[in-house]
Amino acid sequence: MCHQTVSLIARHLEGLGTPTLCLASALDIVTAGQPPRAVFLDYPLGHTTGKPFDRADQLDVVRQALNAFEGIREASTIAHLPNRWANDDSWRQTAMHPTGSDTRQPRDTTPMYQTEADRLLAEGA
Amino acid sequence: MSQAPIAYIDNITARYERLGYAPYRWFRAGEDPPFAPLEKPLARSKLGLLSTSGAYVTGQVAFHYKDDTSIRAIPSDTPAENMRFAHLTENYLEDPRKDPECIVPLTALRRLAAQGSIGALAKDYWSCMGGIYSQRRVREELLPQVAQRCQASAVDALLLVPM
Repeated sequence: MCHQTVSLIARHLEGLGTPTLCLASALDIVTAGQPPRAVFLDYPLGHTTGKPFDRADQLDVVRQALNAFEGIREASTIAHLPNRWANDDSWRQTAMHPTGSDTRQPRDTTPMYQTEADRLLAEGA
Repeated sequence: MSQAPIAYIDNITARYERLGYAPYRWFRAGEDPPFAPLEKPLARSKLGLLSTSGAYVTGQVAFHYKDDTSIRAIPSDTPAENMRFAHLTENYLEDPRKDPECIVPLTALRRLAAQGSIGALAKDYWSCMGGIYSQRRVREELLPQVAQRCQASAVDALLLVPM
């Protein structure tokens, strides 16, 4: 859903003259959404800018994304990054599991604080 | 084992069908978007960042999960220990909550700016909760806010990072 939202944002902004690059990990959703420029990083969702606590990987991903930002000259281009999440592809099984992976939360308009302390601080209590 | 990219649309569609929901109509552009060329190299540009991971900083109101179309401005020098996340697909937040840099790459961006690959970073980065089902509300409520913020802070280019 996030990837759909950024596709819509990117298409809108470019119409107003602001160049954009979407750094994406859901290839099918950005292929459908056709943002002007995208980079595909084939990692599990939640790691769009690299592996956790791996500063070298994060820098490498962002650097390549910015190179693509300057290099892409044609609308709807998706550049694929060579980075691999792991030596084996077992993470894909988890991601494709019918009940695992994406487990959406109930939807209402209550702010969903990560911690109770956050809520108290924001509410000035 | 398959090395093909994950088919998220098919996967999510199948899950909704099992739950008895009407099929979600994904946005399929069907035509090329407008394309705004970079007017100057990134090394001389002011770069903005928008994350749709539902990031907020302690003291701010967290996002809700029912098509929240609001935006937070978060100082680009916010320490990792003050970063928080609230997103409809909370299961993907396990690692970002331990290391925000795997979804909001402030350290990498600062380093690239220090090395001269980026001219300047916007003072704040922008955050929203991208799990918004209503494309109408994205268009009518979220897009104008993002455009207004880009204009107000005079960014030359914007990096968009979904979760």
